[in-house]
Amino acid sequence: MSRRARLAMFAVVAAALGAALVLALLGLPRFGSAFHPYGDRAVAVAVGPQQTANVVGSVTFDQRGVDTLGEEFILFGSVIGALVLLRPAPEEREVGVRGAGRVMSSTGLAGYLLLPISLLVGGYIVAHGAVSPGGGFQGGVILASGWHLLYVAGRYAALRRLVPNKPLELAEAVGGAAFAAIGVAGIGVAGVFLVNLLPKGSLGSLLSAGTVPVLNGAVGVEVTSGVVLLLASFLDQAVVLRSIEEADE
Amino acid sequence: MTALLVVALLLVALAGTLVVLAPGPSRQAVTLSVFGLALTVLFVVLQAPDVALSQLGVGTVVVPLMIMLTVQKTRRGR
Amino acid sequence: MTLLPYLVAGWLFLAGCYGLVTSRNLVHAVGCLTIAQSSTYVLLLAVGYRSGATAPVFGDLPVGAPVVDPVVQALTLTDIVVSATVTALLLALTLQIHKRHGTVDPDELRALRN
Repeated sequence: MSRRARLAMFAVVAAALGAALVLALLGLPRFGSAFHPYGDRAVAVAVGPQQTANVVGSVTFDQRGVDTLGEEFILFGSVIGALVLLRPAPEEREVGVRGAGRVMSSTGLAGYLLLPISLLVGGYIVAHGAVSPGGGFQGGVILASGWHLLYVAGRYAALRRLVPNKPLELAEAVGGAAFAAIGVAGIGVAGVFLVNLLPKGSLGSLLSAGTVPVLNGAVGVEVTSGVVLLLASFLDQAVVLRSIEEADE
Repeated sequence: MTALLVVALLLVALAGTLVVLAPGPSRQAVTLSVFGLALTVLFVVLQAPDVALSQLGVGTVVVPLMIMLTVQKTRRGR
Repeated sequence: MTLLPYLVAGWLFLAGCYGLVTSRNLVHAVGCLTIAQSSTYVLLLAVGYRSGATAPVFGDLPVGAPVVDPVVQALTLTDIVVSATVTALLLALTLQIHKRHGTVDPDELRALRN
């Protein structure tokens, strides 16, 4: 199909879809309405029996924990898939790891200064997932991107030495497996998968909400190692791997 | 519906359009990062701090960075 | 005026689709796909918004205070993570296509196949 024909077809379909969307959107509950039956029930359960101050954390890791387990497996599967696709091909070789990523000294300094701060913030956000906004996903992403500040600081070789793939792959698998194991433990204790089986504590204290902080930790480990692995393999592709012809130039 | 909310919504719509109309993928990675930031602001205004934190990490750092690195690699082959 | 958040979501979806249709570069197309997907975040959070309510975190908030819907926020959280991993997978596929065929232009790729 030519570009023009494709564009014409898109115009027709988009007009129809746009009209249908507006009709459907008119039928939604009014923006800002006070009618939220699911939300009200989730809040009542979270601050009542489950003692979880961050209701979003309660929904993610307790009330709808099975969803999150599925999401964990999506994350796990696509990290594995991307790693397989990005592994060095036989006709590629590594060049210039040592010299890669030379940067201005001020940029390097900024990278070094921000590294401990972002690791601290990431850890804090993972640990406080049950009582304040944040949790395993958010903290894990911050930890993983903070880790790559070493690349910004121009220490690509150091980064590669510090982050061998094997332990990270292991950590990712352990994080995912821990989540599933806590779920199975729920079957053993109460006959229900992913039941919140630990003591709930009192609303708002660090050790409250039962299994929610534990699951947050498991997700934190998995997300951190998964995102570090992803970013590292993209960095490898862009910075060190060249096809043989290019490497000879 | 506050003025702040209207501004945040229009900012998201504008940034999203700019990402789609970006002339090439490397320009797009930068506008995508700005779009991620606009979405983060919108989520804060919509009282969703959990989602905003997630979007801040994923949408303004990880995804644009992956796109940048892919652009760098695919451009070299030409 | 109260329709604006929903319309922004619809606009983002259609804009992302337009980008996918017209894109001349697979990396660019992946970026447009993330725009189309982000329309779902806006739609979900708009559905769960409650005027005058605060975030569903009872740190200092008295129990019983009006809060916005936490269920859609949890759904959006899942959405964002899935979007990021799908993007990573698609970019890895794009890199493979570039290694095999030396181009990331969808039209050139179709010409190569014929």
